[in-house]
Amino acid sequence: MGWLDMAITAGIWALEILAIAVPVALTVAYTTYIERRVIGIMQIRKGCNRVGPFGLLQPLADGLKLFLKETIIPTNANKLLFIAAPVMALVPALVAFAVVPFGETRLFGIWDEAHVMAVAHLNVGLLYVLAIGSLSIYGVLMAGWASNSKYALIGAVRATCQMISYEISMGFALVCVLMLAGSMDLAKIVDAQAGGFWHWYIIPLFPMFLVYFISGCAESNRTPFDLVEGEAEIVAGHIVEYSGMWFATFSLAEYGAMILISLLTCILFLGGWHAPIEALDFIPGTVWLLLKAAFFIFVFIWFRATFPRYRYDQMMRLGWKIFLPWTLGWVAVLGICTYAGELNHSLQFLSDMIGFYQPWRS
Amino acid sequence: MGAEYLANEYIPIFIFILVALGMGAAPLLITVFVAEQKPDREKLSAYECGFEAFEDARMHFDVRFYLVAILFVIFDLETAFLFPWAVVLDQIGMFGFIEMMLFLIILLVGYIYAWNKGALQWE
Repeated sequence: MGWLDMAITAGIWALEILAIAVPVALTVAYTTYIERRVIGIMQIRKGCNRVGPFGLLQPLADGLKLFLKETIIPTNANKLLFIAAPVMALVPALVAFAVVPFGETRLFGIWDEAHVMAVAHLNVGLLYVLAIGSLSIYGVLMAGWASNSKYALIGAVRATCQMISYEISMGFALVCVLMLAGSMDLAKIVDAQAGGFWHWYIIPLFPMFLVYFISGCAESNRTPFDLVEGEAEIVAGHIVEYSGMWFATFSLAEYGAMILISLLTCILFLGGWHAPIEALDFIPGTVWLLLKAAFFIFVFIWFRATFPRYRYDQMMRLGWKIFLPWTLGWVAVLGICTYAGELNHSLQFLSDMIGFYQPWRS
Repeated sequence: MGAEYLANEYIPIFIFILVALGMGAAPLLITVFVAEQKPDREKLSAYECGFEAFEDARMHFDVRFYLVAILFVIFDLETAFLFPWAVVLDQIGMFGFIEMMLFLIILLVGYIYAWNKGALQWE
């Protein structure tokens, strides 16, 4: 391969990456706007409507304001970790988007076969997402410890404990998806759900869908699991010592994680870029995926306007005593259903029902 | 599935990490130069609701957080085993499924023990 080819390849990669990273950053900015407007409407008030038409320039104004705020690095803080923490929080939230498939394209018929629209089409995409998602804990922990402030430390310990607790049930819910799809390739998981909404994994895995989405709320520290920042007791937790743009970087990471969870919920349980019925296939797949994801972002905001915050013991009980046995049990149930027909012929109907969702069994 | 696959799929991820580092670090750098900085001793001390900060902030915390972390290691390892198992379920068949169920039952005993001991209890 000559240097020209390599330069062209690298250029295409750079364009692909920017085509994902920049819209993600913009979506994050406008999710904050949508959140304020939607919560405003839900509480029968206006929300932000001053800056620009319908307040549409509000996120820009907020960004500008944050840029002009002073940077405060406490004297007692561990400088290196304190500076690295916001970046460490943001990087996993962005990098996870590298494997998210946004659809399939033939590029208006130029390509003979459909290509998956993702920066990296990994055969272990699901594992990658889980692994990178876990890294976001480091940003929180580093921020809390490096600040050398009591509130920050307590917040960070709580946050870590909460995030690792819910990661387990999240992992088990993903195992259920894998048992049906038989592949960690996100595009193959979507393809296994092709052909109408009755093929979607939300039907055989409805409890796992709930567990995954709720664990997603807990992982991204959103209401009702935002006791990590609990204003009333620990005044924002691990981010208490951060100011201006440094503080905003943590928010960016939080909203990025929220958008990622929404996209993944659609990809894993709601048929990704497939239309609910084939008659609607004329609308491009990417539009479907983004519409479904937008709905889940709305649900996140809806949660925030509706539910009061959990107490810490309630939250730990939900994660360890309800979700964990529930997801483990569902793994066993799925496996038993898969092989029931081999054990006893009269139970063949169970295997057939599950086999309908398992492309590897036909 | 050789070197070319690795290069094609993983180098973009590496570049993405660099881009993300840039996107994270650039605003932080810019804000330090753009914004007016007027530090003073009070402003740079740790926030403690108006008190002078007393004691070291890195104090003891509840041992239950450790317990949860240890339990997490066990169960996360379990998911790490389940992931490849679920992918090759078509090849290992019922035998593989029963093997994994035995493994899960052994872990379940530990889980029930932890539950009864109150390791999952937060009053």
